[in-house]
Amino acid sequence: MVKGIEKYGIPVVHVATVVPISLTIGANRIVPGVGIPYPMANPTMGEADSYKIRVSMVKKALKALTTPVDGQTVFED
Amino acid sequence: MAKYKIVHYINQFFAGIGGEEKADWEPEVREGAVGPGLGLSAALGSDYEIAATVICGDNYFGENLDKATDTLIAMIGKYKPDVFIAGPAFNAGRYGVACGTICKAVEERLGIPVLTGMYEENPGADMFRKDLIIVRTPNSSAGMRKVLPVLASLIRKMAEKQEILGPDEEGYLERGIRINYFTEERGSERAIQMLVKKLKGEPFKTDLIMPKFDRVDPAAPIKDIRKARIAVVTSGGIIPTGNPDHIESSNATKWGKYDLTGMDRMSPDDFTSIHGGYDRQFAIANPNVVVPLDALRELEKAGEFGELANYFYTTTGTGTATASAAKFGTEIGKQLIDDHVDGVILVST
Repeated sequence: MVKGIEKYGIPVVHVATVVPISLTIGANRIVPGVGIPYPMANPTMGEADSYKIRVSMVKKALKALTTPVDGQTVFED
Repeated sequence: MAKYKIVHYINQFFAGIGGEEKADWEPEVREGAVGPGLGLSAALGSDYEIAATVICGDNYFGENLDKATDTLIAMIGKYKPDVFIAGPAFNAGRYGVACGTICKAVEERLGIPVLTGMYEENPGADMFRKDLIIVRTPNSSAGMRKVLPVLASLIRKMAEKQEILGPDEEGYLERGIRINYFTEERGSERAIQMLVKKLKGEPFKTDLIMPKFDRVDPAAPIKDIRKARIAVVTSGGIIPTGNPDHIESSNATKWGKYDLTGMDRMSPDDFTSIHGGYDRQFAIANPNVVVPLDALRELEKAGEFGELANYFYTTTGTGTATASAAKFGTEIGKQLIDDHVDGVILVST
C-alpha cells in the first residue's frame, strides 16, 4: 500500500513496529511504532502518558514527511 | 539412541500456549518435541531426536528482535544440535520474520545447518530467502501434512551432509544462487527451443529468471507543513462499528473510506478493530492507538500542520495477498490525489 500511494508522488511515512518488514516491503520513510497491537501509544503506561507518546509520534511522522530522503530511512528517536 | 539431534523453534500458537493474547510470551525451552515437532519427529524416524523445542511469542520476538535472538541462541546452543529448524510459519508474517531471524542467527553464531518453511508471500520469505533454505509451504497450517516430509528430507540431507539439490527438486524457495552444471544441449539449442515454445504459447522454463525490482523512489518532502493536507491510512483493521463494508478480518479483498469530519478523537462507540492478526483489546478500548485522530486534531489546532483530510482509509493487513495490497495502494492513492492530500501517515499493526 505504501508504494502504491507513493508512486503518485505523495510522501508516505510508514509507522510500523516491525521495522525489518517495512524495509522489505520498500517503505522510504519509516517511523518505528511502539508495539504491534498499539503502534501509536503505550496503553500500559496509563491514558495520559500514552497520549503524550501519541502526540510525539505524530510530530515525528510529520517531521519525516518534511525531510528529504535519498532512500529508505528509519526515523529513530 | 538417536544419531542426530534437532532443536526446533515454534511460536506461542503452535506450542499450544495461546493466540494473540499470549503473543508477548517470553522465550522458553522445553525438552523434547512440541506441537508440529511431534509430526516432524515421526517423519524423521528413529535416527533423529528433537532434543528440545524453543518457544517465543510473535509479538515478543517482533518487538525485541535482538534480545529474543540472544536468549534463544543461548538456549539452543546448550543442546549442540546437528540441525536447527524453525516453523514452518506458513503465511503468518511475524512468525515468518521470527523464524528467519533466528535461523540466520543460529547459522552465523552456532555454525550449524538451519531450515525453515514459509508461504512465498510471507514477508519473512523475501527477507531471508537469499540467506536460508526456506521450504515452500501452502498459506495455512492445513498444509502441515504436505510440508513435514519435505522438511524431514532436507533435515536428513543436512545432518548427513548430503548434497542439497536445486529449489525445484527439493521444494524450497529459490535463493538466487547459480550453480554450474553440464547440460546435454548447448545454450543456442536451448534458446531456440524456448523461443519455439514461447511462440506456440507453451510453458517453458528460462535458464535465468530476471529479478523484479519492486521499489518506488521516495517522494519529495512536503515543503510547507503549515499548509499541508495530511491523511491517515491504516492496515490495522480500524472500521466503523458494525463494519458496514464487510471488510475481512484477514486476507482482505477490499478497503474502506470513512468520514472523520467534526470528530476530535476516534470514539470506541463509533469505531472498532476487526483485524485478525493482533490482540485487539487495546484498539477496541481506544482506536486512537492505531488511528491517532486525537493527537492529529491537537496538532492541527496548534498549527503544526495545515489540515487533516476528512476521510481515513483502512483495511486489514494480515494474511492479505501482496497483489491485493498493491491494488489497494493504487486505488487509495488515486483518491488521495483527487482530495489534494500532500502527505500520508500509514499506520501498520
